[in-house]
Amino acid sequence: MVDQHTVKAFDEDINRLRGLIAEMGGRVETAIEEAMTALVQQDEKKAKAIVDNDGRIDALEAEVERLVVQIIALRAPLADDLREVIAALKIVGVVERIGDYAKNIAKRVPKIGDHRTIEPISLLPSMAQVASEMVGDALNAFAARDALLAEAVVQRDSVVDSFYNSIFRTLVTYMVENPKTITECAHLLFIAKNIERIGDHATNVAEMVYYAATGQYLPERDRTTIIES
Amino acid sequence: MTDISNPKTPNPKMSARNVNVYYGEKQAIQNVSIDVDTDNVTAFIGPSGCGKSTFLRTLNRMNDTVASARVTGEITLDGEDIYSSGMDVVQLRARVGMVFQKPNPFPKSIYDNIAYGPRIHGLASSKADLDQIVESSLRRAGLWDEVKDRLKDSGTALSGGQQQRLCIGRAIAVEPEVILMDEPCSALDPIATAKIEELIHALRGRYAIVIVTHNMQQAARVSQRTAFFHLGTLVEYGVTSEIFTNPRELRTKDYITGRYG
Repeated sequence: MVDQHTVKAFDEDINRLRGLIAEMGGRVETAIEEAMTALVQQDEKKAKAIVDNDGRIDALEAEVERLVVQIIALRAPLADDLREVIAALKIVGVVERIGDYAKNIAKRVPKIGDHRTIEPISLLPSMAQVASEMVGDALNAFAARDALLAEAVVQRDSVVDSFYNSIFRTLVTYMVENPKTITECAHLLFIAKNIERIGDHATNVAEMVYYAATGQYLPERDRTTIIES
Repeated sequence: MTDISNPKTPNPKMSARNVNVYYGEKQAIQNVSIDVDTDNVTAFIGPSGCGKSTFLRTLNRMNDTVASARVTGEITLDGEDIYSSGMDVVQLRARVGMVFQKPNPFPKSIYDNIAYGPRIHGLASSKADLDQIVESSLRRAGLWDEVKDRLKDSGTALSGGQQQRLCIGRAIAVEPEVILMDEPCSALDPIATAKIEELIHALRGRYAIVIVTHNMQQAARVSQRTAFFHLGTLVEYGVTSEIFTNPRELRTKDYITGRYG
């Protein structure tokens, strides 16, 4: 196979790197999805498990960092190898942050209490699903060096942003009409903001993947304006 | 963005156009066009047998010494065709100096190694003149402080790295415009290699420098422009930082990332 290096140990290092990042991505995607389930089902036990499992994501980040330093020191990667290794280092920092957002959502679950009467909550899982798929696709694009898939992820960020704007307006309206729900709604607003940030971070990952795969930077895109609180 | 089909550089010292080299029936270089820039270090890289050394030797007509070798196409130095019948080859090789893979000092004193070229080219009018040339050449070669007290010692008594710097000093002594280096560090240890690389860095701008190297990291470290040769053709030529982070050609990428064969 053309893609293999003469020094096979280099391929092993790269494969291990990809494996670690795939595992990290899988764990983060799961954390986002479970956080939504915990929120909707008011499952505090599940929420606590997400917080507890975040340590593993942090540990994976540290492991990737060590491996990247080792690869640079021992293998002196160049061209697409160099771009991939640098991208891996940057990506794990971002993915770790995405994990933190999922953890933050989980932490809010016990504080929200019974919210089934709050209608905007039904939109959050759909929004989170788009964001979570963006994370998954960005990392699949990394594993496959797939620039087109990375580009598609970037395009999808506007969907998440539109969700956010819509949820923001709905929640504000809801709070005005039902002031006693302000505490819960404020938490839901932060959750929506967290998901919006997850979409942004997935976009950043996709941009790094695009550069790693092609050596070119994605052109600046038109962004949906975000309503800032 | 560098166009790989564009051999041109901003300030060319030498220009090769459509150069072919044959050893008897065998064609070693096919239709290579490339500029060597005045102000930059140019690295030639490629696998063994790709023709990079052969091409380097066309730049000061070193292939003339190989009976079966035949060169076609045009190579100019400051716009002047170096293969024209009026070209004085001895003079050419003074203007386009060469440093080889294995240090090859003359079996003479350190002083005489440097003084040899200036003497035969008549560059010194007095002993004091010659002393001055020897000192400045050894200084530029980064060797003066190590040998100033033993200029009468044999050049061959120096360490490998010192011998190579002596050879660079010898090339410098005749005031060349271009210095060709054919794997100048392949016989040297890492410290001696670093000294040569530092020297190349210091000499940049004063001379146009072309270096052939098998060491990719060395090409990345010392050069501003890199040319990748493969099977006698020039595959890609561009700014070094581009070649090593984002090569345009698959063959270049496969070679520099170690995916060959």
